[in-house]
Amino acid sequence: MARSPALRRFVSHPWVLGVLGILTVFLVWWLVTASGMVDKLFLPGPGAVWLAGSDQFQRGILVADALASIKRVFIGFVISAGLALPIGIAMGTNRTICHFLEPLMALIRYMPAPAFIPLLIIYFGLEELPKVMLIFIGTFFFNTLMIMDAVKFVPSELVETALTLGGRGLPILTRVVAPYIAPQVLDTYRINMASAWNLVIVAELVAANEGLGKRISLAQRFLRTDEIFVGLIVIGLIGLMIDLGFRFMMRRACSWAN
Amino acid sequence: MHLQVSQVSKSFGEGRDRKLVLENISFELVSGQFMALVGSSGSGKSTVMRLIAGLERPSEGTIQLDGVPVRRPGSDRGMVFQKYSLYPWLTAAQNVAFGLSLQGRDRSEIRERTAYFLDVVGLADAARLLPRELSGGMQQRVAIARALATEPKVLLLDEPFGALDLQIRESMQEFLHDLWKRTGLTALLITHDIEEALLLAGTVHIMAPRPGRIVHTVDVQLDRSDLRHLRVSQPFLELREELASRLRSLDGSLL
Ligand SMILES: Nc1ncnc2c1ncn2[C@@H]1O[C@H](COP(=O)(O)OP(=O)(O)O)[C@@H](O)[C@H]1O
Ligand SMILES: [Mg+2]
Repeated sequence: MARSPALRRFVSHPWVLGVLGILTVFLVWWLVTASGMVDKLFLPGPGAVWLAGSDQFQRGILVADALASIKRVFIGFVISAGLALPIGIAMGTNRTICHFLEPLMALIRYMPAPAFIPLLIIYFGLEELPKVMLIFIGTFFFNTLMIMDAVKFVPSELVETALTLGGRGLPILTRVVAPYIAPQVLDTYRINMASAWNLVIVAELVAANEGLGKRISLAQRFLRTDEIFVGLIVIGLIGLMIDLGFRFMMRRACSWAN
Repeated sequence: MHLQVSQVSKSFGEGRDRKLVLENISFELVSGQFMALVGSSGSGKSTVMRLIAGLERPSEGTIQLDGVPVRRPGSDRGMVFQKYSLYPWLTAAQNVAFGLSLQGRDRSEIRERTAYFLDVVGLADAARLLPRELSGGMQQRVAIARALATEPKVLLLDEPFGALDLQIRESMQEFLHDLWKRTGLTALLITHDIEEALLLAGTVHIMAPRPGRIVHTVDVQLDRSDLRHLRVSQPFLELREELASRLRSLDGSLL
């Protein structure tokens, strides 16, 4: 296929193929819609979606929606991540705490977070709190259990070396355990951030005044498929950026682990 | 410095799973001495070392350092593990400095001592490298420098060269012997390699497994001015053969 080595090297670069994959889908999408095979109402073309998007952007709703969703994810996830870290470390280092909490968490983890929505609405109404709580419930248990596992796999030699060098308690936690698990913790957050992002949309589909999910459910009511596509693409892009951000942090902060 | 291990036994597990791992181990180690424990794997060598380090407690008997019973790990007993013990996120110099900074020594002292001990193990040039950028032999030298930096009374080495290639192992043995002569450290070396024990140690204890116990002790009197020569000299080879056949008969009698 690729005749010259330069071309082959270019094609074998992971980014090139990735972009090519996305472009292919766009091309098929454009061909299908431009040929008039499907009703525009069901599947708008890329041009129409772009127009709908820039219209939303100019009216300021796109940014307001995105910010509303990001804010919910951010608050819910920061609380979840912030609590999961000490609790996960405690469970990973202390057998009693682990035996006490692990079965409970393993059980709750398998309860689908969206199933809590009705309860959250009854308890906390329709404002911000139930949405933030949903993100918390949907990510906290995963975050905690994954951090606990990371702590359990800290090689005992590393801890014991610190002990024989005169280390005790807290310094061992902050100077041995914490740096060792840092890459896994960041990766845990990266993975579970995806579900936080899923959940905020679910929560907004149910009840919200603004947010990307809310916009999608409004668009459905008025059969505005172009706006649904705008929402989907923006949600995907923001998710991707967050993912890349975590990867970037990992490369910067934990270069030793690569 | 006087390390005294008296009639120490150790069992793991409870009830029916209880397993006697060490039985009635006694020996003494004094300043400047280099002692080795030799035995096949599973004979409880590491357990002896972990007891002295304070990472485990004896089931019976006592371990005293300068008359004080060992209760917990401490920097007066430096330890070097077989592998995986450098902090992978710290450079060679930061690894050496780790114990000092845990003890809260001041910065200039840490910097000075770190440079000194990196130099002692011949790794001044590798100060800024991460463990993964170092060879296996260099990693173990960093681990030794790290253990020495806090000035332990005794250095505990648990098969420190066990994971290295033969050639590197030989040069590390020469390095360790040289280090001992230069610094006058006190060392307890664990190994399953009789040659290594005889090359380095003045006293060699042979351990037998199930339960782990000392079955034979040799005081090694050999001319150590040139280890490379010593390795192939007649008295050395004879002594090695004698101990090897003892170890073999121990294993044989258990089959
Ligand atoms: N923490 C432990 N719990 C149970 N058994 C152990 C433990 N540590 C060591 N043992 C057992 O003690 C015996 C001796 O182990 P070890 O001291 O590591 O021997 P060596 O270092 O000579 O190979 C082995 O049979 C091992 O299974
Ligand atoms: Mg061992």
